[in-house]
Amino acid sequence: MQTVKIVVTGPFSAGKTEFIQSVSEIDVVSTERKITSEAERIKATTTVAMDFGRITVGEDLVLYLFGTPGQRRFDFMWEILSEGMLGFIVLIDSTRPETFREGRSILETFKAYAPTPYVVAANKQDLPDAWELDDMRIALRLQDHVKLLPCVATDKEAVKKVLLELLYSVLAEMDANETG
Amino acid sequence: MALKGNLRDFTITQLLNLINLARKSGTLFIEGPSEKAQVSFQQGKLAYAHVAGEDDSLATILYRANKITAAQHRTIKARAGKMSDKELGLLLINANYITQQDILASLQAYFVSVVQRLFTWVEGFFRFENGAAPPDGKITIRMSLENLIIEGSRQMREWEHLQSEIPSLDMALKFTDRPGTNLRNVNLSVEEWRVVSYINPKNTIRRIARTTQMNDLEIRRIVYGLLQAGLVELVRPQGTAPKLKPSLPGKTREEQKSLVNRLIGRIRSL
Ligand SMILES: Nc1nc2c(ncn2[C@@H]2O[C@H](COP(=O)(O)OP(=O)(O)OP(=O)(O)O)[C@@H](O)[C@H]2O)c(=O)[nH]1
Ligand SMILES: [Mg+2]
Repeated sequence: MQTVKIVVTGPFSAGKTEFIQSVSEIDVVSTERKITSEAERIKATTTVAMDFGRITVGEDLVLYLFGTPGQRRFDFMWEILSEGMLGFIVLIDSTRPETFREGRSILETFKAYAPTPYVVAANKQDLPDAWELDDMRIALRLQDHVKLLPCVATDKEAVKKVLLELLYSVLAEMDANETG
Repeated sequence: MALKGNLRDFTITQLLNLINLARKSGTLFIEGPSEKAQVSFQQGKLAYAHVAGEDDSLATILYRANKITAAQHRTIKARAGKMSDKELGLLLINANYITQQDILASLQAYFVSVVQRLFTWVEGFFRFENGAAPPDGKITIRMSLENLIIEGSRQMREWEHLQSEIPSLDMALKFTDRPGTNLRNVNLSVEEWRVVSYINPKNTIRRIARTTQMNDLEIRRIVYGLLQAGLVELVRPQGTAPKLKPSLPGKTREEQKSLVNRLIGRIRSL
């Protein structure tokens, strides 16, 4: 049996659990907790260790999706989760610019862990006050070659698209290594 | 209990706060990565500060503060070499060269500048010796610490901010290939130019800092500015890690590619 891992990361409440849930064939094995701190009470639960979703590809191959806890105080988990990953996805809540800086910081941290491909997903694009992608690219300081994709984590098709773009990047990187 | 530890765990600002609240008298000795300093307190107030190896004679401090001329400075240095600061101070006041007010203000400005430099030391051993007084003959001041503590907290927020912007100094920098940016049109400070001249995907930020003799805070400040201006981006240092880590099962590249293609096929069919 072969297993492959993709990590879904991003700031607090970006939609990571939702994202994984949308495509996982099992109920996300999640470690949600009721939120106790006042500042973070913008939703009822938060992920404290990791989310864990699964997509079976065949008898011999399984893809696991790992979601990181969004709160910085759990970031000791990140390095462990990132080990051996095929690539990672940084989810950003497009409606909360106050989290963009944090998103950028998470991106840089994961980039430092492993030289794997990644994409950035601008989540919650279905909401009226979502920022536009071009503006987010500037605010997040993403270079042109970095993929920034629109996303709605509750919409399976949108989530598939993000995963596919990451896999295309993985393929492209393999080709680049072959020739380079 | 002995007050000692590393600035990584207990910052200068926190120390000042403690000394202030507990109205401590004594001297704080700090060994930073490249410099040493000592700061003395009297009942929770700043009394004296000095960075080892620096000329902190009263004559030099007054000269730097433009209270005496270069010629006067030379004369004092030549003739009053053995005189303590206290003796020299009295002499200058009695001779109507300078007021006591001027002396205290100049010393305070110097001591404050020493403490401000300490704010940029993000690591180093410290120990506080209860009751230890400044070196003999030195003139001391009495300055409350509140303003310094506020300034230190501000710097600490900056430090935390910079750390989250640039989490790892083991990354390298690369000029962005955005069309239209030309370094020549950007106004860079001398310090920034020094950093810029070492930018290369092969050099980690840590290495650039070492070469340019900047501490963690200083290098992060400059890199942050360059990042903000869109001139550089953070990249993995070249040649340190294999490109795509073999996080994929499968031995040959062809096997790995076919595996990724299977993943793609499966996700499309979801
Ligand atoms: N409208 C809309 N709501 C979303 C979307 N994605 C997530 N949400 C909602 O946003 C909230 C946060 O989503 P989560 O999936 O819990 O976010 P998370 O990133 O796992 O959060 P932590 O684990 O606490 O860091 C939930 O109420 C979701 O239902 C989206 O694309 N559109
Ligand atoms: Mg979650």
